Amino acid sequence: MSGSPPLLQVEGLVTRFGAVTAVDGVSFDIRPGEIFGLVGESGCGKSATCRSLIRLFGGASAEIAGGSVLFEGNDLVRLDNRGMEDIRGNRIAMIFQDPMTALNPTMRIGEQIAEGVRRHRGLKGEPARREVIALLESVGVTSAESRLSAYPHEFSGGMRQRVLIAIALACRPHLLIADEPTTALDVTIQDQILKLILRLSKETGLAVLMVTHDLGVVAQTCDRVAVMYAGRIVERGDTRQIFRRPAHPYTRALLDALPAHTGRGTRLKPLGGEPPDLSAPPQGCRFHPRCAFATEVCRVEQPSLQPIESRHDTACLRAGELGL
Amino acid sequence: MVLLKFTAGRLLQLIPVLFVITLIAFLLLRVLPGDPATLILGSRGTPEDIARLTTQLGLDRPLWQQYLGFLGDMLRGSFGQSIAYRTAVGPLILERLWATLALVGLSTVFAVAMTVPFALMAALHKGGVVDHVIKVFFVMMMSMPAFWLGVLLVLLLSIAFPIFPVSGFGEGVMDRLYHLFLPSFIIALGTAALTIRSLRSSLIDVLKADYIDTALAKGLRSRRVLLAHVLRNSLISTISVLGVHTSWVIGGTVVIESVFAIPGLGYLLLSSISARDYPMVQGLTVTFAVLVVTINLITDIAYAVADPRVKLS
Amino acid sequence: MSWVSAETRARFRRNRSLQVGLAMLAALALLIFVAPLFLHADIMAVDFGQALLPPGADHWFGTDDLGRDVFARVVSAAGVDLQIAIVCVFVPFVIGSAVGLISGYVGGITDVVLMRIVDVLWAFPFYVLVIAIVGSLGPSLLNMYMAFTLVAWISFARIVRGEVLLVKRMEYVQAAQVLGYSQTRIILRHVLPNVIAPAIVFMMADVVLTILAVTALGFLGLGIQPPTPEWGVMISEGRNFILDGWWGSLFPGLAIVYVGVTFAFLGDGLDDFLRPKA
Repeated sequence: MSGSPPLLQVEGLVTRFGAVTAVDGVSFDIRPGEIFGLVGESGCGKSATCRSLIRLFGGASAEIAGGSVLFEGNDLVRLDNRGMEDIRGNRIAMIFQDPMTALNPTMRIGEQIAEGVRRHRGLKGEPARREVIALLESVGVTSAESRLSAYPHEFSGGMRQRVLIAIALACRPHLLIADEPTTALDVTIQDQILKLILRLSKETGLAVLMVTHDLGVVAQTCDRVAVMYAGRIVERGDTRQIFRRPAHPYTRALLDALPAHTGRGTRLKPLGGEPPDLSAPPQGCRFHPRCAFATEVCRVEQPSLQPIESRHDTACLRAGELGL
Repeated sequence: MVLLKFTAGRLLQLIPVLFVITLIAFLLLRVLPGDPATLILGSRGTPEDIARLTTQLGLDRPLWQQYLGFLGDMLRGSFGQSIAYRTAVGPLILERLWATLALVGLSTVFAVAMTVPFALMAALHKGGVVDHVIKVFFVMMMSMPAFWLGVLLVLLLSIAFPIFPVSGFGEGVMDRLYHLFLPSFIIALGTAALTIRSLRSSLIDVLKADYIDTALAKGLRSRRVLLAHVLRNSLISTISVLGVHTSWVIGGTVVIESVFAIPGLGYLLLSSISARDYPMVQGLTVTFAVLVVTINLITDIAYAVADPRVKLS
Repeated sequence: MSWVSAETRARFRRNRSLQVGLAMLAALALLIFVAPLFLHADIMAVDFGQALLPPGADHWFGTDDLGRDVFARVVSAAGVDLQIAIVCVFVPFVIGSAVGLISGYVGGITDVVLMRIVDVLWAFPFYVLVIAIVGSLGPSLLNMYMAFTLVAWISFARIVRGEVLLVKRMEYVQAAQVLGYSQTRIILRHVLPNVIAPAIVFMMADVVLTILAVTALGFLGLGIQPPTPEWGVMISEGRNFILDGWWGSLFPGLAIVYVGVTFAFLGDGLDDFLRPKA
């Protein structure tokens, strides 16, 4: 897997919402068929990052101020709007956090799926209808045919998320961006939806960018993971490595907050304090006000991502000496 | 089928409402101070005249007998006898109904035609110059008396640009619509002032909705997203505003019909009032109320059709 | 202004709509009270030698077909129309709010009966009822007040009742009930202050609607009678000589628009001021 060229390559991405720099120099890549996790507290810029990839900001006025997003030969940052529309839903699809609000309440389910099929694949009439039924069946909606004319309010949350996945997969995209796909669901349903995404990824070679605040989800699904804090990536690497040897104090703190995770070595104090105000982020390492290991140098110098072992990078000035 | 049941249910609920409407229209002119016969005859009436008219109108009978008589007239469709026209009220009202309905209908069409583009422009340029210009213009429209605008436009159009007829009703369907153009347009400006405001704010809400992100994430062209998703959902709340305002417009036709000499219900109401034609005023009051109730019913049905979440029961 | 909290003052300073509305209202009040002291023109005196003069230095808004100064008459009419509008809005506001308060708070059969009455009255178009009542009783100030009061209270009743139903479930009202406060005290001290804001905001919009209706009545000859200056009457009179002078109808109408815009700003401003969004 490491040999294949990346499907998506994000370099130095900077996104601003007015005075707030929500994404500040984020870099990562995703390989074909890979499930890549982006994890962090709410407000750390993970949603802004994935929204930057397809340039959809939900009505907020945002500006991509720097960096590049290379995807199948295009730099998505520089693509014109029409070109971006051709990629959205076609090569890159996205599903959103809350299935209760992410479906159009006045449009029939069948039509909501068919829209994308018609737009990118040129299917119309009966072939489009058959395709929609097949899609619904592939995401586990039973008696799909009779559900085409239903409206979203007739569906449960889990069913709606399945429909949203069907919409996303309508044109067999190469990359699926899943922004907290299970957060709004019941625990039992969460598991079903994750398994569905995993299965679809395996069956179709779909790459997934899994955005979550839940390291449990990461452990269950992701091949690699990047940990974000205050608009930056602080640690990046194989999921297994990061779970076994977290190198950044913030990652360590997140892992300790995970009930199922039995921490090795000394237990850290629970993570106190609040994430910083991104319109005026702290000097030096952005985590230093909350970090138990911060020294004078952390307050001044800004750390960059450095490899600490093969395919495992961290942005901590004291990573070497701490040996977490 | 479900819709039919829904409509039938609503119609059934209307029966008691209609009953009370007739009662109020009946009582209105009787509980107010002043004796109808004296008011009708004014200062010219001798005591004998007043007594004779009182008997003729049945005002000497007990109130409940008078009301039952009124109800009977309504059910027969005559609505009583007009004093001025010396014939049944019902057919006269029916004759004038169409002009008023056409005026209300055409003005609603104009209002909707103005609302959608202007609200879209305002919402898409929220806080910008276009938004402010539209807002200020329609705030002024809202406080502009229709009769004044009518008087000025009549002046302007009859002298400077004689394009539109400024008075009367014409002959034949096309000519009549042509005659109704100006008065309908004036009414529509007032309606649009309200509906643009409502649609603009719901467009702004819907533009932020998650499902618009879903639609955009499908890669749909922005035009399609705007029409099939944003506008479609925003219009739902505007339907109610339009419905409530149309009830107001029905009353407003009285004034505009007078300015443009359109022979509708409002014109008839004014002439009946100056002729002290009591039974006619009574019949017209009921007719206007029935029109409002009907508009409200249509609004309810339109709302239920537009929003699948409304339970049709 | 030490009795006004700093927070309230800051809220007022941010509220552009309210400032503009109050400034426009103040200008209007100033004109109504001060202008007659300086205007030497007699608003009633007929002088055919001065008839139909176009707007100019002597007569800012020109003169009408009877030689009366249009500016002086427009200003004088402002007092007449505003007085009628304020009475025709304030009385229904008080009655309607009281009905809504009682209907919503007491609930039960009282509520059902009152709201049925409101529903049915709602079916009658405002203009039709007012015209029918004033038309039948004859045009007079008192009849106009009566007609408007009879018709306009239902909007306020609906608005206030809706608010009461929301507030009734709030903890502070429930607490007051548990503490055994008297019903009157709960209604006046705990419910009323929290439900009245939307009615006050609507009152501003209702002033505009009422001015439009009052001037319409005047225009139709069913309201204020000539020669008393009233905007609707003036527009109607101006029609008679409109081909010789457009100013007779134009300026009273602009005055109505001015009042409308003033109260639209006041309504917007009060909405923000009394109900700050989070």
